[in-house]
Amino acid sequence: MNIYWQLFASFFKIGAFTFGGGWAMISIIEREIVDKHHWIEKDDFLDLLAIAQSLPGILAVNIATAVGDKMRGMRGSILAAAGTILPSFLIILAIAIFLTPDMIKNNRVISSIFMGIRPAVVALIVAPVLTSARAAKLSWKTVWIPLVVALMISLDLGFVSNPILYIILGALGGYIFWKIGRRGVRR
Amino acid sequence: MGIYWKLIWAYIKIGIFGFGGGYAMLSLVEKIVVSDNSWISEQMFTDIVAISQMTPGPIGINSATYIGFVAPGSYDPALASPLWGILGSILATLAVTVPSFFLVLYSSHFIRRHQESGVIKAIFSGLRPVVVGLIASAAIMLMNSANFNPNGETSQLTASILICVAAFCLVYFPIKLKNRTIKFHPILVIILAGITGYLLYGI
Repeated sequence: MNIYWQLFASFFKIGAFTFGGGWAMISIIEREIVDKHHWIEKDDFLDLLAIAQSLPGILAVNIATAVGDKMRGMRGSILAAAGTILPSFLIILAIAIFLTPDMIKNNRVISSIFMGIRPAVVALIVAPVLTSARAAKLSWKTVWIPLVVALMISLDLGFVSNPILYIILGALGGYIFWKIGRRGVRR
Repeated sequence: MGIYWKLIWAYIKIGIFGFGGGYAMLSLVEKIVVSDNSWISEQMFTDIVAISQMTPGPIGINSATYIGFVAPGSYDPALASPLWGILGSILATLAVTVPSFFLVLYSSHFIRRHQESGVIKAIFSGLRPVVVGLIASAAIMLMNSANFNPNGETSQLTASILICVAAFCLVYFPIKLKNRTIKFHPILVIILAGITGYLLYGI
């Protein structure tokens, strides 16, 4: 089988069978690319993973792009990324065509099911708040940051409630503290 | 036609500022798609998150595809045919992935160099607490009456809060049974909540 086709097929499979996005996908990509096909060495994979994580966007697509590029350049990266995206694109498109907003609203059974699901979805997003808070190792010096960010964004006050503002401020803050710390070391 | 440019611009922003994974991205999606443009309702947004959890693939792709499909029709009724929806799906999905695609291809050298100096690590140490706040804001914005109390009855609000608390306990606290620990998969929790909804409101 042609290597391009194999690359596409591998990532298509990963995209089609992994639930839960980014982190769930990484371990399966590693198994497929490093352990099974030996396309990339483990060290190289970890290097690509570090790059994919440092960039914005969808982690699974970033890592697919990086792996495809490492193996076969631009063409490889397009095929790997397309393979990752296509399954969820096709599945969601099929759902969107058949499960329209009107149907969710007006079909008695479907609307009752979704009325039960919606409060549970909120819980599914509260859980990663706590997990990510623990992973971020928040201290008394930094715990105000997520509190202020969450409050400001959910107040919906226009410019100061724009998530992009806080992403830029967070990155800038991290950079400035690093710069100051380095200057301190040099002295 | 204007809707397609708006959709592309919205998802380029979501792709470029989407740090911290799918859940952190949700606050951007909610802000741009629901609050600023009203392309979909609060309930629809929550439903898309539920559907994304139950289908394979990254939540960023799932939401772009679904919202891209629905947005043209809700913006202009003349575009309410599946073909216009499919065009929206394709454009939104491309818009959310293409920027980072090129960043991965052309900035890996730059990233490697700065990883050694420690500046990338520093930037992420500033981003990490923000990401916690972003996810929290997505959760807070979804705690609204459209999701918890669409009928306006106190009994429904009570039931919704109970479902929310129970769902949280199931996904967050592992259950210890003899010498095994069981953690409920989000998909199972959504199915259980859906059954509860059917039993409460559907019969």
